[in-house]
Parts: sequence; structure tokens; C-alpha cells
Amino acid sequence: MRVNVTVNGEQRQADDVWEGESLLFVLRERLGLPGSKNACEQGECGSCTVYLDDVPVCACLVAAGQAQDREVRTVEGLASGDQLDPVQEAFVEAGAVQCGFCTPGLVVQAHDLLDRVPNPSDPEIREALAGNLCRCTGYEKILDAVRLAASRR
Amino acid sequence: MDFLRPETLAEALELKAQRPDAVPIAGGTDVMVEMNYDHRRPSALLDLTRIAELQQWTEGLRVGAGVPYVRIIDELGAQLPGLAMASRTVGSPQIRNRGTVGGNLGAASPAGDTHPVLLASGAVIEVASVRGTRMIPATEFYLGVKRNALEADELITAVHLTPAAGPQQFSKVGTRNAMVIAVCSFAISLFPAENRVGAAVGSAAPTPRRAPEAEAFLAAELDFANPKPLLDSVKREFGELVSRAASPIDDVRGSAEYRKHALAVMARRTLGWAWQELLDGDKACA
Ligand SMILES: Cc1cc2nc3c(=O)[nH]c(=O)nc-3n(C[C@H](O)[C@H](O)[C@H](O)COP(=O)(O)OP(=O)(O)OC[C@H]3O[C@@H](n4cnc5c(N)ncnc54)[C@H](O)[C@@H]3O)c2cc1C
Ligand code: FES
Ligand code: FES
Repeated sequence: MRVNVTVNGEQRQADDVWEGESLLFVLRERLGLPGSKNACEQGECGSCTVYLDDVPVCACLVAAGQAQDREVRTVEGLASGDQLDPVQEAFVEAGAVQCGFCTPGLVVQAHDLLDRVPNPSDPEIREALAGNLCRCTGYEKILDAVRLAASRR
Repeated sequence: MDFLRPETLAEALELKAQRPDAVPIAGGTDVMVEMNYDHRRPSALLDLTRIAELQQWTEGLRVGAGVPYVRIIDELGAQLPGLAMASRTVGSPQIRNRGTVGGNLGAASPAGDTHPVLLASGAVIEVASVRGTRMIPATEFYLGVKRNALEADELITAVHLTPAAGPQQFSKVGTRNAMVIAVCSFAISLFPAENRVGAAVGSAAPTPRRAPEAEAFLAAELDFANPKPLLDSVKREFGELVSRAASPIDDVRGSAEYRKHALAVMARRTLGWAWQELLDGDKACA
């Protein structure tokens, strides 16, 4: 089937999409947007987190056809040109990135948190990021990054 | 495979009647895991996310099957505290943004978090087909492990619940606070005006189920008109009766014996919290 979807503000079209395919597969393999990562394909790790109509979701659990005529925003759509989003900058500066596999999902999820709660408490940060797994950092630097981004917004 | 995209409920029911084998997909948080892992290859997916009728709730309360957990938490926390508590424990924020009560009912997993609450608070499930609408009490909805009372041409359209008439509590045991399938779970609802108690267990039998003996015992013991601090012996006996209502199995998440023990503890504690709320409310009025 054909899927028409707005991705990062651009109208995109994917052809020959299998009806049982996920939005994550479409983004990575058909639209050339490998920012969203594929680690578990079962909603457990959060590395595929994208905005779907402004709500963060696991792209691996959205059927491609459900994204028809919707708006998707991926980690690739957060920066404006070469200017990183404050959340992305904070992740770099705080040393919250090691292998980087979890980073795109965490950045999108943290971005949404700060949009909704400009000055989150530590429990609010932990709660918001509870569905994003990181096997490298031990999370402390990630919490630092979110606090840093919050202080700058 | 086909991807069916109805825009209205009428259209969806028509499609489901023509294609009873089509698998409905709402938040996809159960269905897509099965698709991604090749556990399910239906002839068609029936997307319910475009149907406005399913995404609404109205006073009374009628909660559309497609209302995601995040909205139950944000919009219905005051009217449905028990359901909101259970919703807060589901998965992660991303899962709660997408997952729905309709999907929990459709999957009918014995571990589904909303089930004990729906049972304890006397929910009625509204299902529809081209043949008409049926109202199924939650107590008659769960038929077996991942089996529910839905016919092949039917869709779940809504859950009917009365706004909480008294304190409600939900409790769940798992290895961490987020992202856990319940080892076992428990919900209690107090109905002071009717001298009635609702109590139900999850993940502790082939289906979620009520604990009628525990309910009757507690209703007889509680003095709703003149609430006094509860005796420990009453809490203990209630816990025992709840535990006895379960018939759990040993599995990777926990042993049957542990589940029985944990249910008694949860029943005791949630009763304590619920009763305290009533006592505090009484003081506030005095
Ligand atoms: C990482 C992760 C964590 C999870 N944690 C929890 C948890 O803590 N507690 C919990 O209870 N569950 C949990 N789940 C399971 C799942 O999120 C819930 O069962 C959720 O309620 C499913 O809702 P959905 O809208 O996503 O359903 P879907 O996946 O869209 O559908 C689920 C089933 O219901 C059917 N269905 C959906 N809507 C209807 C309808 N209106 N009429 C008829 N049939 C319908 C579908 O055909 C399918 O069989 C988790 C899942 C994941 C991936
Ligand atoms: S790949 Fe989607 S949550 Fe892990
Ligand atoms: S940086 Fe490697 S998984 Fe998080």
C-alpha cells in the first residue's frame, strides 16, 4: 500500500508498504530517516520514540497505515538547520551520550517533558523517562542533561 | 493482507461484519508486538484510531473504547480514581499515550491492569455490531485466558462506569515501578451509601475475578454510617478471603504461593488506605 505522511514538516510518500509494517520501519527503511532506532520492536526500550501528532509514541508499535495523513516528528526534526535543539545540546555537554543508541528516543521524550513541564522535579524526570532504556550511562548524566536543558529554556 | 481504515463506527461495524477475521487495532501496543514478532498474521488489520466516536468520553460516565490511558489519568482522575491509578501503572509514558482500555479488554490478558478496577467498580462493557448493541457486565466479560465475550463481528465501543461513590484503590506487584506486567494486582471500591464493597484480583487466576466472600465479609463489618478506625483482625481476615478467591499458577513472574501472600498484603493495605480516606473525609465534614 501507499502511505502519505508529513514527516518533520515535509509531505512524504512511501510505496510498497506492507500492511503489517511499523511506522519505525517506514521511517528508517523507506524514508531514509535512521535517527529513530530499532532495538526491541516491542515497546520496551523507547529508542524509537517519535512524535505522532505531537504525542510521543513508540514508532515500532504504530502500524504504518495508522500514520496516514498524520504528522510525525522525529529526532531529525528537532534541530533548526545546524542549530541543535537545547535538549540535544545539553545531552552533548552533560556527557549523556556514550554509544548513542538510546539517545534519539531519550531526546524526543525529554523534549516533550520540557514542553509540558518547564521545570520538572527529579521524580518527574525519572517518570517521564521510565520507558527509555540506556545500557551505557547509568542514567545520571542523562538526568543532568535534562536538568541542564530545563535551566536554559 | 489488507489495511482497513474506517472513518466512522458504522463503517467499522460494516467492515467487521464482512471480515470477521480482521483484527482491530487501536493503540497497537499489543497487536504490533505480535505483528513485529510474527506471532500473528491476520488477513486484515482494522484501524480504529480514525473513529471519533471511540475517542470521546461523556458524563455519566461513558468512556469510549479508544480513549488512551493518558487521557483517563489527566481528565478522569477525580471521577474514576481507581481506573486512573491502574492507568498510571501501565507500561511507560509512550505506552500510556497510545494504549487504550478497549485494547486492554480486547486482549483480555489475566494480567491486564484495568480489569480488577472494572470488576470492583461494577463497570459495564458496551459492545456493538451491525446486529445491535450489547451491554455486558464486566463480571461476564472475561471468559478465559485471553478470551472475552466478544463475538467475531463485534467491536468494543465503550466502558460505562459511575463516578466513584467512595474511596477506590488499586495496587500491583512488580519488579519495578514502570514497565511491568503485574505479578498480581488488586482493586477495591467502597460504596458507602449502599453499604457495599467491590474487590477483585488480577493476574492470579485464568481470568481477572471478583472476591465475593471478601466483599460480603467486609460489607458486614464496615460501619459506613459511623466510620471508626478498623481493627487489624478485620483487615487480616479480608486479606485472607481475597487471597482465597484467587487460583494462581507458578510462572516466570512469581510462584502461586507468593501471589497468594502478596494478594493478602495488598488487600489489607489498600483497605487501610481506602478506609483512612473515608475517615479523613468524615473529619473534614465535621
Ligand atoms: C512495553 C509495554 C508495556 C505494557 N505494560 C502494560 C501494563 O503495565 N499493564 C497492562 O495492562 N498492559 C500493558 N501492556 C499491554 C497493552 O499496552 C495494554 O493491553 C493496552 O491496553 C492495549 O491497548 P491498545 O489500544 O494498544 O490495544 P491494541 O494493541 O490496539 O489491541 C489489543 C487487542 O484488543 C483488540 N481491540 C482493540 N480495540 C478494540 C475494540 N475497540 N474492539 C474490539 N477489539 C479491540 C485488538 O484486536 C487486540 O486483540 C504493555 C504493552 C507494552 C508494549
Ligand atoms: S524499538 Fe520501539 S520501543 Fe524498542
Ligand atoms: S548511551 Fe548507549 S544505550 Fe544509552
